[in-house]
Amino acid sequence: MKIGIPKEIHDGEKRVATTPDVVKQLIKLGFEVAVESGAGAEAHFSDSAYNDAGATVVEGTKSLWDMSDIIFKVRAPEFNSALNVEEVDLLHEKQVLITFLWPAQNPELLKKLAEKKVTALAMDSVPRISRAQKMDALSSMANIAGYRAIVEAAQHFGRFFTGQITAAGKVPPAKVLVIGAGVAGLAAIGAAKSMGAIVRAFDTRPEVKEQVESMDAEFLEVDFEEEGSGTGGYAKVMSKEFIEAEMALFMEQAKEVDIIITTALIPGKPAPELIKDYMVEAMKDGSVIVDLAAEQGGNCKLSEAGIVKKVHGVSIIGYTDLPSRLAAQSSQLYGTNLRHLMTDMCKAKDGNLVVDFDDEVVRGATVVKEGEITWPPPAPKLSAAPPKPAEKPVEKPVEKVEETPSALGPIITFCVAGLGLLGLGSVAPASFMAHFTVFVLACFVGYMVIWNVTAALHTPLMSVTNAISSIIIIGAILQISSGDRLLMWVAAFAVTITAINIAGGFAVTRRMLEMFRR
Amino acid sequence: MSEGIVTASYIGATVLFILALGGLSNQETSRRGVMYGMAGMAIALIVTMASVTANMGILIGGLVIGGAIGVVLAKRVQMTEMPELVAILHSLVGMAAVLVGFANFMDPGRLEHYAGVELTIHDIETYLGILIGAITFSGSVIAFGKLSGKMSGNPLMIPGRHFINLGLLLGSIYLCMMFVDQSAAGGGFMPLLIMTGIALLFGIHMVMAIGGADMPVVVSMLNSYSGWAASATGFMLNNDLLIVTGALVGSSGAILSYIMCRAMNRKFISVIAGGFGTTTGGSSAGADVDQGEVVALEAPEVASLLAEAKEVMIIPGYGMAVAQAQHIVCEITKALKAKKVNVRFGIHPVAGRMPGHMNVLLAEARVPYDIVYEMEEINDDFPNIDVSVVIGANDIVNPSALTDPDSPIAGMPVLECWKGTTTIVLKRGMATGYAGVQNPLFFEDNTRMLFGDARASLDAVFKNL
Repeated sequence: MKIGIPKEIHDGEKRVATTPDVVKQLIKLGFEVAVESGAGAEAHFSDSAYNDAGATVVEGTKSLWDMSDIIFKVRAPEFNSALNVEEVDLLHEKQVLITFLWPAQNPELLKKLAEKKVTALAMDSVPRISRAQKMDALSSMANIAGYRAIVEAAQHFGRFFTGQITAAGKVPPAKVLVIGAGVAGLAAIGAAKSMGAIVRAFDTRPEVKEQVESMDAEFLEVDFEEEGSGTGGYAKVMSKEFIEAEMALFMEQAKEVDIIITTALIPGKPAPELIKDYMVEAMKDGSVIVDLAAEQGGNCKLSEAGIVKKVHGVSIIGYTDLPSRLAAQSSQLYGTNLRHLMTDMCKAKDGNLVVDFDDEVVRGATVVKEGEITWPPPAPKLSAAPPKPAEKPVEKPVEKVEETPSALGPIITFCVAGLGLLGLGSVAPASFMAHFTVFVLACFVGYMVIWNVTAALHTPLMSVTNAISSIIIIGAILQISSGDRLLMWVAAFAVTITAINIAGGFAVTRRMLEMFRR
Repeated sequence: MSEGIVTASYIGATVLFILALGGLSNQETSRRGVMYGMAGMAIALIVTMASVTANMGILIGGLVIGGAIGVVLAKRVQMTEMPELVAILHSLVGMAAVLVGFANFMDPGRLEHYAGVELTIHDIETYLGILIGAITFSGSVIAFGKLSGKMSGNPLMIPGRHFINLGLLLGSIYLCMMFVDQSAAGGGFMPLLIMTGIALLFGIHMVMAIGGADMPVVVSMLNSYSGWAASATGFMLNNDLLIVTGALVGSSGAILSYIMCRAMNRKFISVIAGGFGTTTGGSSAGADVDQGEVVALEAPEVASLLAEAKEVMIIPGYGMAVAQAQHIVCEITKALKAKKVNVRFGIHPVAGRMPGHMNVLLAEARVPYDIVYEMEEINDDFPNIDVSVVIGANDIVNPSALTDPDSPIAGMPVLECWKGTTTIVLKRGMATGYAGVQNPLFFEDNTRMLFGDARASLDAVFKNL
């Protein structure tokens, strides 16, 4: 099948859906690749580079769309003003379109795609399960956006990020607050940290604390217990009390930090407002806010999508095209995401695409299948938070069986043991009870000592206990002086076999332990 | 020698024995621990021998002959044969307990020392010592037979075996009452002898009914029994040293059995009741289903997979011991380490035929013990592992233990090697493991099989490295 890569027509979009490197890999999978002339120019991939990689370079948008079986794009189809035609209308029946589609925001587009009887896969709908991470274009774009956010912030921040002591005086390090420690947030933390800033991060999901701390940033917490993890690795909407506590924390931080990066998004909802007017006012003159959620309404109400605004001396950056500003990098990652999806959908490596609805990833991403709207998919139930959710149901029933009686178990055991002891004590003579004391205590000593034995030495443990259990030889030795010939010989035989055991047990234990070395 | 000195020496010996066991908590202190144990034994022997009044020559003769046999055995034994050696040594302790018990019973002075309740208690002690000793003896002999392959490893399932066991138990209790009654009058030899016969039968029957996969439990259980036998003998002889040592050994074996049972997610009782690893697995749902195809590899491909990996986990099983492949495994480990591949070993608690069996084999092949890990230590690392090599193991890497609630090994913790990038399974053929359960691991997308004798295969892999 032929994959077509048209030039992106969205205003200011520099990315391209496939790079020459990815073309080579796609060809290995058995596909043919056609690239519209100039498609990669803005991302610094020339037509000749595509040609060298094995793709055919096609002049003319329309002929490319006509000849391709599969179309790779970055942006959702829109109106092409140069050709005066809707991109959707360029599609033909049975064609497969793979791109960012935002099906929730674009129900009209879905309908149009369905009318064209095409199959459409939305890269933004790839389920966030571990197997699909390599196809998760949202994550790879978020990573770039987070990195670029710091670069943009540095651009508008009139100072160093790193602290320095110079001959001309001391430079304090910049303080960066990252709100929302998702993929973008973590990328921002990493970038800011590597530039030398002091980085703090906040997130409503407690499980990201470890990730934040692993990047050597400080994790801020509010004095309020509430679990913020929703399904699919995203955060959910929090309660009123929590938000109040959160606002107080942000206000306190706003006075102190130089740069705030906000990345908070809740799927299917407008971005939560986290940075209020009064917080912006409280920030120092010259501070920077980068609002990665500007397109979805903004975490800061003052931010405006696509532009940089100065309010109260604070630069509020609302760029929505951060990945496109690192076009070469994001094209490479996005192209690789697409290629992984192709690998998943073309297991036979024969260049034929199979839309297999039994594959959870493909099912999730497919929004239109041969003219039928298949969005939304059945919800994936896995969250990124618990490490092994799938196995738990299997383990549980086993544990339950053992645990239920345990509440009463010890009491009964102790009662029975106590009664048994009392019964024994009432009939047994004192000498026996003395020995019995020793016996019980020895059992406990053994219990304590043996639990400390490392598993690797269990075999030597058995051979050494075997040797010392031959202490029974003492019984035989005591009897060997007997005058009775039979008794004497029985005892002598017992001595001999236990001696085998003693010598053999210790010798073999030593031999084994000699072998254990680093 | 005065009673006080004897007691003091026994206390010393006791402390040394405890230190010996405590020393095994890690590899560095373990060698010193064994020295403590030997010192304790020497003290106990010398002090006890000092009270011997006659037949010293025979005693020393017995010690020397026995000791010599023991040392020779210990030097000659192959590390793969350790379970057999341990089993046969257990049988000797059991036999000694029986002999000492009988000798004590036949001692004419017995009725002079004890009377009334004390005599009853003494008789019960004697009876118990012989009973446990006899079970240990016959059980260990059977275990030896099974482990050394002289007997079939399959469990023997006599119909109504639980009732036979119950009958034997009731019989022994009845005989005990008869014995106590008769011994006060100077008799009681007959019930004692019959009981010994019953106990021997019971030991044989018990171990016969236990399948090969449960052998680690059996070996550690017999270890425990030999301790209890020593303890019972100590009660009989009023000797605290024997009581303490027996109790130490008894609890040691009991804990080992418990650990082994837990590692297989099995109840101790059900292991002892036997019947694991027979046809029960054959009827399991997974066995008949066509599970897909296995992908076989050749040695050169395995070698290149290993050489390209960064993290390698080797999972040895009993098959490695059978093929004597531990030395070549060590060579491969060294070669890979030289290539800066991080090689580690993951040991399942029940791998092999005895607790810790794999560790001993790897140590024999001079694999450094700091790259050998327990299952619990490394099971979470598998997602980061590039290549897992499963050598002659089956049930301990069976994913159906976690996924299939109907599987005979359901709930047993297993090494989750399928979570790594690639798993290479070395196997002679497609036969099932001891549990008789088909292993879905072999059919996983990321599993490759290398068929053939483990040592020959690994030799070829090593040549290609």
